[in-house]
Amino acid sequence: MDLSILIEKSVLVVILFSVSLAVAAYSTYAERKIAAFLQDRYGPDRAGPWGLLQPLADGGKMFFKEEIIPNASDKFLFILGPCIFMTTALMTSAAIPWGKSLHLFGRDISLQVANLNIGILYIFAIVSIGVYGIMIGGWASNNKFALLGAIRASSQMISYELAMGMAIIALLLTSNSLSIRDIVDQQAGFHWNVFYQPLGFIIFLVCAFAECNRTPFDLPETETELVGGYHTEYSSMKLGLYLFAEYTNMFISSAVISCLYFGGYHFPFIDSLNLPQNVAAIISVFVLFAKVCFFIFFFMWIRWTLPRFRYDQLMRLGWQMLLPLAIVNVLITGAWLTYFK
Amino acid sequence: MKLLGEDIVTETGEFIINMGPQHPSTHGVLHLKIWLDGETIKKIEPHLGYIHRSIEKMSEKMSYRQFIYLTSRMDYLSAHMNNQACALVVEKALQVEVPERAKAIRILLAELSRIGSHLLWFASVGLDLGGVTPFFYAFREREAINSLMEENCGARLTQNFHVPGGILEDVNPDFQKRVKEVIKQLKDNFHEYDEILTGNVIFQNRLKGVGYLSKEDAISLGCSGPTARASGVVCDIRKSNPYDGYEKLEFDEVVLTGGDSWARYQVRMAEMLQSIKIIEQMIDNMPEGDIVAKTKNVIKLPKGEFYQRVETARGELGVYIVSEGAATPYRCKYRSPNFANLSAIPIAAKGGKIGDLIAIMATVDLIIPDIDR
Repeated sequence: MDLSILIEKSVLVVILFSVSLAVAAYSTYAERKIAAFLQDRYGPDRAGPWGLLQPLADGGKMFFKEEIIPNASDKFLFILGPCIFMTTALMTSAAIPWGKSLHLFGRDISLQVANLNIGILYIFAIVSIGVYGIMIGGWASNNKFALLGAIRASSQMISYELAMGMAIIALLLTSNSLSIRDIVDQQAGFHWNVFYQPLGFIIFLVCAFAECNRTPFDLPETETELVGGYHTEYSSMKLGLYLFAEYTNMFISSAVISCLYFGGYHFPFIDSLNLPQNVAAIISVFVLFAKVCFFIFFFMWIRWTLPRFRYDQLMRLGWQMLLPLAIVNVLITGAWLTYFK
Repeated sequence: MKLLGEDIVTETGEFIINMGPQHPSTHGVLHLKIWLDGETIKKIEPHLGYIHRSIEKMSEKMSYRQFIYLTSRMDYLSAHMNNQACALVVEKALQVEVPERAKAIRILLAELSRIGSHLLWFASVGLDLGGVTPFFYAFREREAINSLMEENCGARLTQNFHVPGGILEDVNPDFQKRVKEVIKQLKDNFHEYDEILTGNVIFQNRLKGVGYLSKEDAISLGCSGPTARASGVVCDIRKSNPYDGYEKLEFDEVVLTGGDSWARYQVRMAEMLQSIKIIEQMIDNMPEGDIVAKTKNVIKLPKGEFYQRVETARGELGVYIVSEGAATPYRCKYRSPNFANLSAIPIAAKGGKIGDLIAIMATVDLIIPDIDR
């Protein structure tokens, strides 16, 4: 393999890794600030200017907390759970195109770690593995509340993946490609998929909430019912990994939604400005991040506004409403493609 | 299946979990032992005694001026009403006539604390069902009420303001103005509660048809207050056995027949508006005059048994005193609303889901220190 490609990809991986973690860390800060904004209070403002160092203080606190592994737990699996969850959360970002190609050192550098031709399937596969992190963690704790939380988490995530997959199938029918970069490039010039697949987008968005375990679908960790849900027994940085991975998941979900339905790094009018390649590439990264930030805000806005579902209502919504709707969406899309194109 | 040497699954395959004494949604040290089949609740057994402070026994060692203030620590959100019940039973025994001004202030403070208590309940319903923001909405108004209490009674939570024969001190000169401000703030903001929680479809689905308590059950379990009134039981003491001049006031007893958590929610929301109505009638017509009737320095009740009940924010509080003619009660017994209302939970939650139990506990609105005393 060409050494320069190896270096290029390694640098990109390191940058992506740190950006994912930084965004996840600052999502916790944003969550608290947005909650404060919606609840008419200040939020964290002690650590650093406007409380900007709060995520570092929180992270540091997590590291210094006592590490408790219950006697009754399965120690290997107990440690494995958060590791899987965090690893899978960070892996998904590889298939997402973060911007247009840069032109540096006489070569084009793609801002995507791997332009997989099955990018969407890859993301789905990795996300499905993430469920094991929760299941294993909840089961290995040997705690009744954790077990209930793990059962809820696994059934919820598996149920909502179905509807999510169905919503994606309709999208794939129109795009004819599983590569995320292809899908993004097809949307250039305001041909955003959300206008062609509004129903599919809504289903995908609801499922993304469920996949990220966010309110109103935060049943696996309902603190008022199951104390802490699957992470009841976790402490120190293992708990930190679970919480952190959830924010990473939220970041990745926002990126996937932006890429699949909102044109990814494309924004109308900017494409037609004929900017130099590198400037255009940097702007495109900012465009994608602006979209991602909007969706992260949207996730938080919903969380601090709505109460949560009951477990059986959640399952009913998944199986009896979203899944049939998604199937209907596939049929409509198929019929439309067959007769009008 | 065993956990730490103890069976966690019964012979019939039911999974036993202990909710509490440390659990986020029991609001205190209530301990519920729950038999589960999957997520469905088969049986609930409440375990008490984690916050027993022997208030009844302590009351027997204290004089009739002192024992009143222990009751602020029972249902701490209805401190004024609890104090009022104790003051009333002593007044009844001594046959003292309370001055009109004291009666008016008593009612105003009682209704303000009823609103404050219901606001806290509204906040915690939202919180228990996953919506954190309503908490801050409700606490904005509760804060105003608490400040008012602090200005006049010196305490924000466990107010001690009643003495046998009246009240301890006259209220501040700007009391009327401040109450009007608080009431205006509450009325201006009340629609926001409906917007953020009452009108929410997810929230309604969590409460409608959940935790049904029939009228017969409510009566036979001795439920009272909004919990019983939501099941169609007419039981407002302010109407049936008026005290301190409630008979002169115009207000409605809110009775619904739904019997489910949604009915309990609506009863409490409507009661807040009724309390506002009472306060608005009183606040411009506060009589002038004494605030306390003259009583002896050392109060000795005549020999006999005395009982007085009042309507607290959670239901009927009864104070029963047996006097041997001494300066302390021979026996003091409190009939607390929460103890009786607690017994409704196992019946209402049976067959429901874990999430329903949370909704039921939230809408029955238990105060744990009042259960144990």
